[in-house]
Amino acid sequence: MLEIKNLHAQVEGKKILKGLDLRIQPGEVHAIMGPNGSGKSTLAQVLAGRNEYEVTEGEVLYNGHNLLDLEPEERAREGVFLAFQYPVEIPGVNSTYFLKAAFNEVRKHRGEPELDALDFLSLVKEKMKVLELPQSLLNRPVNEGFSGGEKKRNEIFQMAVLEPKLAILDETDSGLDIDALRLVAEGVNKLKRPDNSQLIITHYQRLLDYIVPDFVHVLYDGKIIKTGGKQLALDLEERGYDWLLEEYRAQTPSQQPSLAGAR
Amino acid sequence: MTTRPLIPSVPTRTDGPFSAAYAQLESREQAVAPAWLTALRRAGNAHFCELGFPTTDHEEWRFTNVAPIAALPTHSPEKREVDRSELERFTFGQMPTYRVVFIDGSFSTTLSSSELLDEGVEIHSLKTAAQSNLGWVQKHLGQYARADENAFVALNTSMMEEGAAIRIKANQHVKTPIHLLFVSTSNQAGATTHPRVLIVAERGSEARILESYESLTDGSTLTNAVTEIVMEEASHLEHCRLQQESTSAYHVGTVHAHQSRSSNLITHSISMGGRIARVNINPVLDAEGCECVMNGLYVVDGDQLVDHHTAIHHAKPRCNSHEFYHGILDGNSQGVFNGKIFVRPDAQKTDAKQTNRNLLLSDGATIQTKPQLEIFADDVKCTHGATVGQLQEEAVFYLRARGIGKEAARRMLVHAFASDIINRISIEPVRVELDQIMFDLFERERSA
Ligand SMILES: Nc1ncnc2c1ncn2[C@@H]1O[C@H](COP(=O)(O)OP(=O)(O)OP(=O)(O)O)[C@@H](O)[C@H]1O
Ligand SMILES: [Mg+2]
Repeated sequence: MLEIKNLHAQVEGKKILKGLDLRIQPGEVHAIMGPNGSGKSTLAQVLAGRNEYEVTEGEVLYNGHNLLDLEPEERAREGVFLAFQYPVEIPGVNSTYFLKAAFNEVRKHRGEPELDALDFLSLVKEKMKVLELPQSLLNRPVNEGFSGGEKKRNEIFQMAVLEPKLAILDETDSGLDIDALRLVAEGVNKLKRPDNSQLIITHYQRLLDYIVPDFVHVLYDGKIIKTGGKQLALDLEERGYDWLLEEYRAQTPSQQPSLAGAR
Repeated sequence: MTTRPLIPSVPTRTDGPFSAAYAQLESREQAVAPAWLTALRRAGNAHFCELGFPTTDHEEWRFTNVAPIAALPTHSPEKREVDRSELERFTFGQMPTYRVVFIDGSFSTTLSSSELLDEGVEIHSLKTAAQSNLGWVQKHLGQYARADENAFVALNTSMMEEGAAIRIKANQHVKTPIHLLFVSTSNQAGATTHPRVLIVAERGSEARILESYESLTDGSTLTNAVTEIVMEEASHLEHCRLQQESTSAYHVGTVHAHQSRSSNLITHSISMGGRIARVNINPVLDAEGCECVMNGLYVVDGDQLVDHHTAIHHAKPRCNSHEFYHGILDGNSQGVFNGKIFVRPDAQKTDAKQTNRNLLLSDGATIQTKPQLEIFADDVKCTHGATVGQLQEEAVFYLRARGIGKEAARRMLVHAFASDIINRISIEPVRVELDQIMFDLFERERSA
């Protein structure tokens, strides 16, 4: 499904990803953890196609195609979805109108007929129930004035409507209360199919109680420095990152990355 | 009051076409006009002769050169018959309203709604109202708009003849919007109208009034309109002004509002047409507890120039004013926004907020934006902010990341920027119709 090979990326001349490798097979759930500033969101944005992030080396294959050659909208239509860490507010753009436009773009791309306003509305209502989002949000501009938790749930709601093949969730759990966390996890799990994959960026084990990952990776200094099963997340929760970082530094004595920003 | 600076201007030639037009009107009206109206016109003419057309040396007109207007061969447009079907394509043309139609400045009985009268409201053609010496018209007309300060107001006052006089009776809530439609049909350069509107909202009344200015052809016509709004205690009024004349037309419009205790005024100014369009909105909050909201949207392209000068006078304590203006400029168009907020020494606990945001869609478009705060009270809250820029790239990316193409995303955001103002209009059919215009303008697929 997704194969990232030796990915290097920088923003404003600052190197952030420094040789990242990752392989996700259809049906798998991968979690990425790592200290603040280690490059998790950068990876997510690069995959979604944000052009401020310049890829200087490496490649990304998505279903055998070169993902980096595609425009952001083409990636989305091909089934890549990023739930943003910080969803932007878009005053003046009605939520329903926006989502219908996005939905129909994806359908057009798949060669399916566009849905009319009525059919779309009933689809949307059904998905909203799962996330227990108040329907009034649909009549408001995209994310405008939404609470932090509503923004996050709205991302997952959009995901539920668009039914992506590869969903990337960037700290969707941050800022959610326990009930919302459960709802979001349910929404994500509903999407789970043998041909879909999920990449979940998180700082907390608690989300992974609901969405059980097949693999857990630790991203640090722009690379994956450790990969394990779901047990790794439990270990990190208990012991923090220090032991891992020490292990990493012992292996690569030439580089001494600063610990600033690591929790 | 601030003292008036020495104002450089072009003295108006007494033999020019503008003076000739006044002389003509005066002699034609000599026998029929009531004396008080003749006196008003005379005073207007005296001010106009003294002030003359402003030049760009004038503080208020620095970026708007009205020399092309001063040079117009001004004249009254020839009479032309207009069919009802020609009005239907105009914005608000088919909306259920009390419609009052003016063709080239003349009131049209046949095109106006026949059942004008709800028991809560009186609507007259200004000409009829003046000739029958209606007391409230005589009392208020010309008492608010400043003919002594603004040459175009002076000119309008000297030439005022037709327009509307509207009285919302005390404690009446008029549900149906009142629509004043001013149509210019002439393709003759200099065909001029000076529409004059007086709106009196009596105590505790409530109404919605639309004014729209349209052209049927693309002549270099001149519309020089003045609206005076008098708001008595606890009255509520929503006033929506739409300027959609041809891009060859010249348009100057002034709205002057005088608010009494606890009154609530919402004004919207949407300006899209005109070669040169200048709109002045001047509310005076002259008693405690007034609210005033001023929304505006200007959308221009090509060689258009659009200029909004707003001046809100906080004269008494505990009044709120909120102003939101958005501009979208394309081509080589020029925009001007000047937002004055005066807070007099008396006006403690004033809460005034002003925002002007502009989107420049091309390299050739320019905007001059300037807040002007003159605050003489100490316990006040005044904020202002102006932005000029392109679309927010983060928002473009968010839409693209959901599958919406780059161009479509940009168009959607420009439309949204306009909607942000349109959505502040409370009259739903007005909002829907204006939003459709913005949609057609920005979002409809254009064949490349
Ligand atoms: N647009 C940008 N300009 C400059 N620096 C940036 C930019 N975006 C990211 N960075 C820097 O790149 C590094 C990695 O940022 P990134 O957002 O990928 O971290 P993260 O792992 O997602 O952190 P967190 O856990 O706090 O979300 C940080 O040091 C950040 O300051
Ligand atoms: Mg991050």
